[in-house]
Amino acid sequence: MPDAIPVDSVGLVTPQTIHFSQPLQLSCGQILEEYDLVIETYGQLNEQRNNGVLICHALSGHHHAAGYHCMDDKKPGWWDNFIGPGKPLDTNKFFIVSLNNLGGCHGSTGPVSSNPKTGKLYGPDFPIITVEDWVESQVRLSDHLGIDQWAAIVGGSLGGMQALHWSITHPDRLRHALVIASAPKLSAQNIAFNEVARQAIMSDENFRNGRYLEENTLPRNGLGLARMVGHITYLSDDAMGEKFGRELKNKEFSFDYGVQFQIESYLRYQGANFSGLFDANTYLLMTRALDYFDPASRFDDDLAKAMAKAKAKFLLVSFTTDWRFSPARSHEMVNALLHAGKDVSYLEVDAPQGHDAFLMNIPRYVNCVSGYMQRVANECGEKQ
Amino acid sequence: MASRVDLSVISRWIKEDSRILDLACGDGKLLHDLARDKNISGYGMEINPQNIQACIERGVNVLEHNIDQGLGNFTDQSFDTVVMAQALQALQFPHLVLDEMLRVGREGIVTFPNFGHWRCRLHLSTKGRMPVSKFMPYTWYDTPNIHFCTFKDFEDLCRQKKLTILNRLVVDRANKGDWKTRLLPNLMGEVAIYHVTR
Repeated sequence: MPDAIPVDSVGLVTPQTIHFSQPLQLSCGQILEEYDLVIETYGQLNEQRNNGVLICHALSGHHHAAGYHCMDDKKPGWWDNFIGPGKPLDTNKFFIVSLNNLGGCHGSTGPVSSNPKTGKLYGPDFPIITVEDWVESQVRLSDHLGIDQWAAIVGGSLGGMQALHWSITHPDRLRHALVIASAPKLSAQNIAFNEVARQAIMSDENFRNGRYLEENTLPRNGLGLARMVGHITYLSDDAMGEKFGRELKNKEFSFDYGVQFQIESYLRYQGANFSGLFDANTYLLMTRALDYFDPASRFDDDLAKAMAKAKAKFLLVSFTTDWRFSPARSHEMVNALLHAGKDVSYLEVDAPQGHDAFLMNIPRYVNCVSGYMQRVANECGEKQ
Repeated sequence: MASRVDLSVISRWIKEDSRILDLACGDGKLLHDLARDKNISGYGMEINPQNIQACIERGVNVLEHNIDQGLGNFTDQSFDTVVMAQALQALQFPHLVLDEMLRVGREGIVTFPNFGHWRCRLHLSTKGRMPVSKFMPYTWYDTPNIHFCTFKDFEDLCRQKKLTILNRLVVDRANKGDWKTRLLPNLMGEVAIYHVTR
């Protein structure tokens, strides 16, 4: 817990639940009759209502992006180093909205919610949600908040895909898109890793076809394993080598299959910890949403064509050691934006941390987002 | 800095409302001013992190990209003018970048320091050493400038490549193209500014 709330923190925050009763048509063909979205907001919406910044989360993220829920919290929100007074996403200038996406397991309607039709938990019956569906639900959220146009929509990884999709399907509703450590679609290798994660979950004997909660159990091993695989793809070889190397827990080999290398211990800890905090059905859903994302597919597989209607200005950032969504994946998006004649800036940050770098306090990255957002803030003041 | 003069010449040569690609765009001032004064649009390319940051703070579109790797990200003839100020001498393959400039742009504007300037010649002939001056402050073994040339050398390259020189201007340290630089450009000029097309 923080002894005192740091001065550059948004402080204690309280999530809000917003109920939507207008049915939402989903990509899979099903209709979600009603749903809740949990959000947190930081900063104040100005009189012109033009300083809104929407934060879209990645695979395992949620609405709690900054500040603390109570003084007993061990850690602040997941992007606290970017959000706060004087930080790159400056709460003195912007009204920042962070939500838990549909299908999530942190309060927004998802597999762990009860189905109003049956009164039972959705579990595996919760429809698969796509990035497009998320964007549509976020549009409803914008309407609810009275924000016609976001100053910026910001996201890393899967969050970046949402920002990109917004710019394609709702070009008038954002002025800037910050797409960080992201990709315009998954590669076969990306999908392969997702499939390993899903198989790990679904082959756990406690998965029970996704009805584990009804049967008072949890597929902990499977979800833990899925997280372990995921975690490997978030780190670079260098970062892992630097952190763990071939270090052993004890001095000598024990010639068995227990935990001997530090990296094993770390991965098992990460897996076990995550499996107690996250829902397996949500994990399946999020990985599928990633697999399906491919906005160019509706435009003859031509991403430049997909971007043609976008009106936002773009900032793309990639990290040199990210091999999950490598700089080459950002180049695909940058090139499409160039061909489409859009305003775009692109930064390739030298960072050893791999994909996880997008969450971290890397000076060049922080300064760039700060500098960019400062201009976005100035525009908010100029626009009437 | 003598290099600022070339920027003001470049600005004069660029048409209103045109689409510009600025290779090694530095802190983005040229693109920023051209957008303000001539309503141009376009992008800068840079590899220096401080310069990229300056561009972002100015609101100039900047792409982190090493131009020695080519301009494969751009389609043929997608810009009115491609500019490259004071970077030719720092490239691995200046002749290939020149080709690329005129592939993606209809016209190119190139500026570079003249190694045939009398100061360089004097330095080399009297001291027998590679010139080091305020304008070229690096030692020969540790310098970004790996391909120095003279105006004559550059014009040879243009002839070889069958490029048309639309305009050229030679300026000296005082940043003027006076009678001396007009009469003896390869001896008196410090910075060359060439406007070329294919």
